[in-house]
Amino acid sequence: MATSDPLRPRRDNQPRTDTGADEIVRRHRLTTRLWHWTNALTVFVMLMSGLMIFNAHPRLYWGQYGANNDHAWLEIGSRGESGYLRIGAVTIPTTGVLGYRVEANGQANRRAFPGWATIPSNYSLSAGRRWHLAFAWVLAIGILAYWLVILANRHWRGLLPRRAELHPRHLWHEIKDHARLRFPTGAAALDYNTLQKLSYAGVIFVLLPLVILTGLTMSPGMNAAWGWLPDLFGGRQSARSIHFICAMLIAAFILVHLVMVVLAGPLNEIRSMITGWYRLPQPKPVTVPPPAPAQAAEAQP
Amino acid sequence: MILSRRTLLIGGASGLLAGCDKLNDSPNFRETLRSAEGLTMRAQRLISSREALAREFDPADRSPVFRANGTRNPDTPDYNRLAAGRFADWRLAVDGLVRRPLSLSLAQIMRMPNRAQITRHDCVEGWSAIGKWTGVPLSLVLDQAALRDEARYLVFHCADRYGSRPYYESIDLIDAFHPQTILAWALNDRLLPIPNGAPLRLRVERQLGYKHAKYLMRIEARSTLAGLYGGRGGYWEDSNDYEWYAGI
Repeated sequence: MATSDPLRPRRDNQPRTDTGADEIVRRHRLTTRLWHWTNALTVFVMLMSGLMIFNAHPRLYWGQYGANNDHAWLEIGSRGESGYLRIGAVTIPTTGVLGYRVEANGQANRRAFPGWATIPSNYSLSAGRRWHLAFAWVLAIGILAYWLVILANRHWRGLLPRRAELHPRHLWHEIKDHARLRFPTGAAALDYNTLQKLSYAGVIFVLLPLVILTGLTMSPGMNAAWGWLPDLFGGRQSARSIHFICAMLIAAFILVHLVMVVLAGPLNEIRSMITGWYRLPQPKPVTVPPPAPAQAAEAQP
Repeated sequence: MILSRRTLLIGGASGLLAGCDKLNDSPNFRETLRSAEGLTMRAQRLISSREALAREFDPADRSPVFRANGTRNPDTPDYNRLAAGRFADWRLAVDGLVRRPLSLSLAQIMRMPNRAQITRHDCVEGWSAIGKWTGVPLSLVLDQAALRDEARYLVFHCADRYGSRPYYESIDLIDAFHPQTILAWALNDRLLPIPNGAPLRLRVERQLGYKHAKYLMRIEARSTLAGLYGGRGGYWEDSNDYEWYAGI
């Protein structure tokens, strides 16, 4: 049996044989697991309360200022009994989802995002702000702590792609494998592939810091304290636009992440994120590979 | 009964949503969320100096149209009479915990030293507009009225009403004595239009728009906000639970 020290790096744990066929290894550190589930909750609250705040003024601008008389590059609205999303010159009908819908009680609702996507579900800008600005502390403190931990335990190295992995031919190969749902098996499944690394690193080192900084840039108090913030993003309204774009990208990441978890075997994946233990996926032909240390098993076709 | 995955997913999701709404209705949970406001205020004040200035812009950076929001005209008999007389009979009362209560006419206020600033106005809804404000620094008025030592807050009583409730707002002394906190009587070099708060409005540039009380009638120095209307220090704070500290 492996020791139960949850902070021990994964590589130190020899794969342990459970039934004789399946290798079960320690996959995720305690800090990763804690941060993951805290974020699972926090990011959902931030996204949904953020959509409530967006509903108060469903228009986005570039530059320092922007209000109803100024040009919005993105707008969600309604005309008569139809809803629309306009991005630049392109208008997409969204009746029933964005901008206009008829509620179960027969009442027309012209809010940009529907009640099932917002916290709270009934329109309240002040309540949306209370949730958003309280959980923002959890999000910001969480990522700061996580950065410090992965810097200290060197986990960050496993999240950044190596140079060879960024070669277009390698990337294309991985994209094709991914599209065919051909996932690595055995010990190779323990390393994140390049697409995973790019998306995890993109969220941890780009999207989350961007969404926090652009959030702070919308604060008039922070603008006075840190004048470089609005300069960095080209103005408060630009920061608001970037904030929204980052939030949508984080939502897209979550969607793809959930789909991949389901495709890769949801029970094994979810268990590994709760207990830390992960069953190595076996190659299709049921020949049991010799129990080799993780590094030696790199020889994949 | 067989639960399909879809039923489980939809059921689970709507259960979570109903849970959020239930939490949102719980006074204890809302009090917990509200504690973040104090944390935010202390953190912002910790990292910024009391005198830290809001960005001031060039004339060319101004919004073509400065949006007016909230009350666009108080439209009460008293206010209409004052507006008809171009606010010649309007007086600003400064009272409460002061040693020398004041009653100032618009002409007197306009003769005081003024400050002009081109700043960005940020509405809690999300939009921003940039305009030039001219007015007397609030600190000069407070010096004239001589605050008593017990004074901690300034309450701005306004001419506009929401139903039966009068609009009011309040700030603490840190914001009151901030160099950019002015009582503005002009927007973009013209006397303040009625939709923007004629004849006088507060500018408190490090906070959101609803703190910038319009249609000022009276400034009251107080030691506490408790006991005044809903006790939360402002119309929107009382009626809709908006933050009293609107620096974020």
